Amino acid sequence: MKTEDLVSLLSTGADAVDLRLTSRRWLLALAGGALIAFLLTAGLLKLNPALWHEASKPMFWVRESYCAVLGVFGFITVVRLARPGSRLGLAPMGIPVAVIAMSVLAVVTLVAASQNRARMILGDTAGVCPFLIALVAAPLLIALLWVMRSLAPTRLRWAGAASGFAAGSIGALVYTLHCPELAAPFLAIWYLLGMLIPTAIGAWFGPRLLRW
Amino acid sequence: MLQSLAGDAAAYRIFLDELTTHLRSYLRRRLGGLPDEVEDLLQELLLAVHNKRHTYDPKLPLTAWVQAIARYKLVDLLRRRSRGDVLTDPLDEDDQVFAATANDAAEARYDVAKLLRGLPDRQRLPILYVKIEGASVTDTAVRTGMSESAVKVGIHRGLKALAERIRSIG
Repeated sequence: MKTEDLVSLLSTGADAVDLRLTSRRWLLALAGGALIAFLLTAGLLKLNPALWHEASKPMFWVRESYCAVLGVFGFITVVRLARPGSRLGLAPMGIPVAVIAMSVLAVVTLVAASQNRARMILGDTAGVCPFLIALVAAPLLIALLWVMRSLAPTRLRWAGAASGFAAGSIGALVYTLHCPELAAPFLAIWYLLGMLIPTAIGAWFGPRLLRW
Repeated sequence: MLQSLAGDAAAYRIFLDELTTHLRSYLRRRLGGLPDEVEDLLQELLLAVHNKRHTYDPKLPLTAWVQAIARYKLVDLLRRRSRGDVLTDPLDEDDQVFAATANDAAEARYDVAKLLRGLPDRQRLPILYVKIEGASVTDTAVRTGMSESAVKVGIHRGLKALAERIRSIG
């Protein structure tokens, strides 16, 4: 076919494009993924019975904000990576900044503690925490990759990894409804690991799933 | 481009024509050693721009958006070729000179019309009637017995499927 024929084929009867569709898809993916993540947490893992009691502790809110901030920066990065030619800006840099802040808090906490340091690091659930976060994050990762596929990422591995990280941190936020751990060293290690599992999975799937 | 996104087909045609000129010279520069690929990739790019036009953000420069798509497709092509048939490339350098002057050829090696025939009816007929014959969506819906939204979905999915097929050939 001649190129000019293709141009006329494409332009003939071309209808209007709803530019808000993309943001609606992202919101749907977030809402749907988070809902399933919540159902997994509440149904399979059970909500933490001491949740209301713990909500009065400052560390509870440090943990919630940590996950939420990472989730926001991760999600902004995802949205930008899905559009060809858009600049990433400073949002991706927010992720290492937040991680470093939590690591500093962890070290300070450990240094200040006179005893029970191992317990601050391992808590009661260190062995399962990263895997449970990855499990809760799975529906979010699937939803984000699903939307990403309908868009046009040009850096596929990064797009996959960012989707994984956003899913991991939002998944971790949902997981806090079950998780009894509040010590900064625990969060700095095991939560981060939990977020990095879907990140690695996303990075692996990116070039395979997102090509267009 | 903004008018095109609002559904102005005439403006869209002008936009695509200009884009064709720009992309062709861009690809000629980049694909010096592979003149046969220029028109193929150009058509693949035009389809990609069309199929992904919902990812354009009017707040951002159009050139950056087009540039990123072109670069992505170019890298994709070179990667595909480096994996496969580098050794089967035509080696005679004379090809290049003729290809560069053959402005009127402007034809890709694969035939979109032929590829179209391989699509299922629910995608092929809407594309044939609306996009090639220029019928309205409403008339096409009556002719095919499909709903209007099914006609639109058929066009959308059909063009995506075409892009997929071209990619797997290239």
